[in-house]
Amino acid sequence: MKTVIFSLIVSLPLIAHHGNAAFDVGKEITLKGTVTDWFWANPHCILQFDVKGADGQPAEHWVTETSNPPDMIATGWTKMSFKPGDQVIVTAQPVKSGKPVGRLLQVVLPNGKALSTFGGAKGPAARAAASGAGPAEAKVEEVIPAR
Amino acid sequence: MLNRFVVLVLSSVAFAQQPAPAPRHDISGTWEPVNGRGDGVQAGGVKAMPNDGKPEHELPYTPHGLEVYKSHKALEGKDAVLPAFYNDPRNFCEPIGFPRADHYNLRQTQILQNEFKVVILYEYAQTWRVIWTDGRELPKEIPEQRFYGYSVGKWVDDTTLVVQTIGMMPEDRVWLDSTGRPISDALRVEERWHRVNHDRLELSVTIDDPKMYTRPWVSMDKFPMKLQDPHTDVPEMYCSPSELEKYNKLFGNTASGIEGKQ
Repeated sequence: MKTVIFSLIVSLPLIAHHGNAAFDVGKEITLKGTVTDWFWANPHCILQFDVKGADGQPAEHWVTETSNPPDMIATGWTKMSFKPGDQVIVTAQPVKSGKPVGRLLQVVLPNGKALSTFGGAKGPAARAAASGAGPAEAKVEEVIPAR
Repeated sequence: MLNRFVVLVLSSVAFAQQPAPAPRHDISGTWEPVNGRGDGVQAGGVKAMPNDGKPEHELPYTPHGLEVYKSHKALEGKDAVLPAFYNDPRNFCEPIGFPRADHYNLRQTQILQNEFKVVILYEYAQTWRVIWTDGRELPKEIPEQRFYGYSVGKWVDDTTLVVQTIGMMPEDRVWLDSTGRPISDALRVEERWHRVNHDRLELSVTIDDPKMYTRPWVSMDKFPMKLQDPHTDVPEMYCSPSELEKYNKLFGNTASGIEGKQ
């Protein structure tokens, strides 16, 4: 089930290696997935994961960028934050093209700990994931109200 | 009596919280932007004149300056392109150069000095530059152009070092900022490093480039930095062509809808 809430666009802090031109700013997508790779590098670290379809098989491969290693270290991330096979709940800002790539805003680790970057996630699904309550669906899309 | 005691205690607390005065002719230390590490990134353009389309932030381009600006495909600013269509030299791991070293990712900045020179170690791209303070003048003729130019500093009072820099690379080797504003080999940059007190340093930068701009303008205006613990271990922040290639292949090209581009 998809939850969609329409609202105004909000801006993220301009701390990325590139601008916001490619991103669907103001939209969040929360996904349950299995980590395939955690690339710790400049200019941005990248988390890749698979999301299962209704039949339980990997249906979509996602590539999400975070910030650079110094910024990640400062906010509690490490090169060892993930390993392949980890079950994670990721909230990302997707790109406009509809491809399964995006800017990672929040991830909930297998131990329940939540890590954030680019100012974190704002939506109900992300908050539910960070509190350990969900989301129930494998994929929830939201448009986040401006503040 | 009690009131006097309270006033005395509060005055003592207030006095104890005052930073020590700035030492004379000394800007050494590890400094970080007062308003957090993101404040020095300046991704949307130089701090005092962001490239946001507001009329008050329009730069006084010459016709040539505007032409060069339009030829730059930046990933930031009001004319930003998608991630795969840039021609920013930064994204090819070219030297970031000067004055962009002040204008981009000004993060934890280590300043070392002795009686001859001040050395600035920038966090981004592991970059350093030397400012001569041994009394020499700027070269009358530039021996060869440099990414970081030739810098000479003079103390204009006990706590302000004024640095003049010339001899930078021509346009397209170095950009002024991440939004593609241009510089030329006619550029002269004035930096004012003012140590307000022991714990605070302010940087102001003036751009004077008659090839690109019709008049001098201020790109950073008293940008505040705070002193860090001297034991602070500044992390690496480098540009690696192989990591950048992988980043573009995995993310940048797909985000731009052109999968497969190397």
